[in-house]
Amino acid sequence: MSQLPMIAIEHLDVHFGSSHVVRDISFSVAAGETFGLVGESGSGKSTVLRTIAGLNPGWDGRMAVAGQNLGPRRDRAFFRRVQMVFQDPYGSLHPRQTVDRILAEPLEVHGIADAEARIARALEEVALPHTARFRYPHQLSGGQRQRVAIARALIADPSVLLLDEPTSALDVSVQAEVLNLLSDLREARQLTCILVSHNLAVIAHLCERLAVMQGGRIVEILSEAELRAGRAKHSHTQDLIALSYELEG
Amino acid sequence: MSGMNNGNLVEIRDLRVDFPNPSGFTQAVRGISFSMGREKLGIVGESGSGKSVTGRALMRLLPQAARVRAEALRFDGIDVLGASERQMRTLRGGRIGLIMQDPKYSLNPVMTVGRQISEAWLAHNRSGSGGGGKREARDAALTLLEQVRIRDPKRVLGSYPHEVSGGMGQRVMIAMMLAPNPDLLIADEPTSALDASVQAEILKLIEDLVSARGMGLMLISHDLPLVARFCDRVVVMYAGQVMEELPARDLHRAQHAYTRGLLDCMPSLSKKRARLPTLTRDAAWLERHA
Repeated sequence: MSQLPMIAIEHLDVHFGSSHVVRDISFSVAAGETFGLVGESGSGKSTVLRTIAGLNPGWDGRMAVAGQNLGPRRDRAFFRRVQMVFQDPYGSLHPRQTVDRILAEPLEVHGIADAEARIARALEEVALPHTARFRYPHQLSGGQRQRVAIARALIADPSVLLLDEPTSALDVSVQAEVLNLLSDLREARQLTCILVSHNLAVIAHLCERLAVMQGGRIVEILSEAELRAGRAKHSHTQDLIALSYELEG
Repeated sequence: MSGMNNGNLVEIRDLRVDFPNPSGFTQAVRGISFSMGREKLGIVGESGSGKSVTGRALMRLLPQAARVRAEALRFDGIDVLGASERQMRTLRGGRIGLIMQDPKYSLNPVMTVGRQISEAWLAHNRSGSGGGGKREARDAALTLLEQVRIRDPKRVLGSYPHEVSGGMGQRVMIAMMLAPNPDLLIADEPTSALDASVQAEILKLIEDLVSARGMGLMLISHDLPLVARFCDRVVVMYAGQVMEELPARDLHRAQHAYTRGLLDCMPSLSKKRARLPTLTRDAAWLERHA
């Protein structure tokens, strides 16, 4: 790659106390690319994402975003550039704040003016009705809540979006809408994304390349085309592919 | 069985469930009818389609405020709406087992796995075949854990729910529900909280146990292909009504636009599509149909 990657991870290790949950993993994501992390629960995929986002302090190795090395603490500029969307929008939205308040917070934190217009635009961008603006999370459906979480992540104009199982708590019909929304936004804003999911079909739909994780290690990195063609080298990847076809019916 | 119900384990005719809201009632289930024998029936639909409410209505587990009406709501010939509380207690957890989505919330966190299974066994064996002691209950729990294919049942017996994995927790839940030897198992999204590989194992386990014991299975889920794989028949629900009922093997030949839409909007590993088709909801689906 001649161009500098947007995200570079080299020899990352993560420890939780005495357990070693991420073991010597390396990958890089080009600007504008969507990179997938798949694996079963406990494989370490979400931990990698959370560590990049600065939510896990105990790590070793090198991580860089947009050419800047990440230290133990992240500055405000980092959080303006990198945002995260979590699996359960009910758990990640403040239950006693209205959508308006939820969306205003990142603007206040980053000192961005023009909140009024930005919030209106953000709601429009994720196709939420204006009436949703003064509702509380519990008054919205699961799909609408996830749209609020996406709007909140995007409102400060990040260039990197970290997505942790963004559709696995949703109905398949709503999942389709949210996946389409993510592809549109990614295109419109030239976002670089890392998508964590246990669903290979979802990963194949959004990602150009993906890493398969098992027991804290990356066992294989392959392209979407290789995944779809079943050209996986590692037996764990082959198992996951076989299972995915089996459940697809 | 009781002979007068033409072999139907469950008979539901024109079931309606309403929940109060500040301005009247929300209709959660709007006149559904189906019946099932000792077979594997899948009930599929999106959240809010009324599929779980239907399962709960059959066990009379809905909140008091809910208004439940039906021309017929029968389990093995017993009129569920007219049954006494005492009668219902023999059904709930006795003749009808319920497996819910997340074992983390449905198991008692401060009680060992062994005690929970023994308790279920004792509660429903006391009245019948000459009671059972604590020792017997413990033996029964051990046998049940073996049946749900837990490798080290002795160790798991003494564990607390937080010490076992999600898949193992769900196995424990299944063991508990099997303890009283039920006639019907209602599994409400039993694997949605689990990994794909564990998901397949648990469903296979449920399938095997249901076949071996000759029980009926009502599998409630939002995952249409998954349900089709494990059931004989599928009932598709939308907005409190049954849209379509069909043999699971004919799912790919589904007629209803809603069923087709649900199948089509899933991303697939085998075919690549730039955009996923989204469901266009037809107002006609909401109209009352017989």
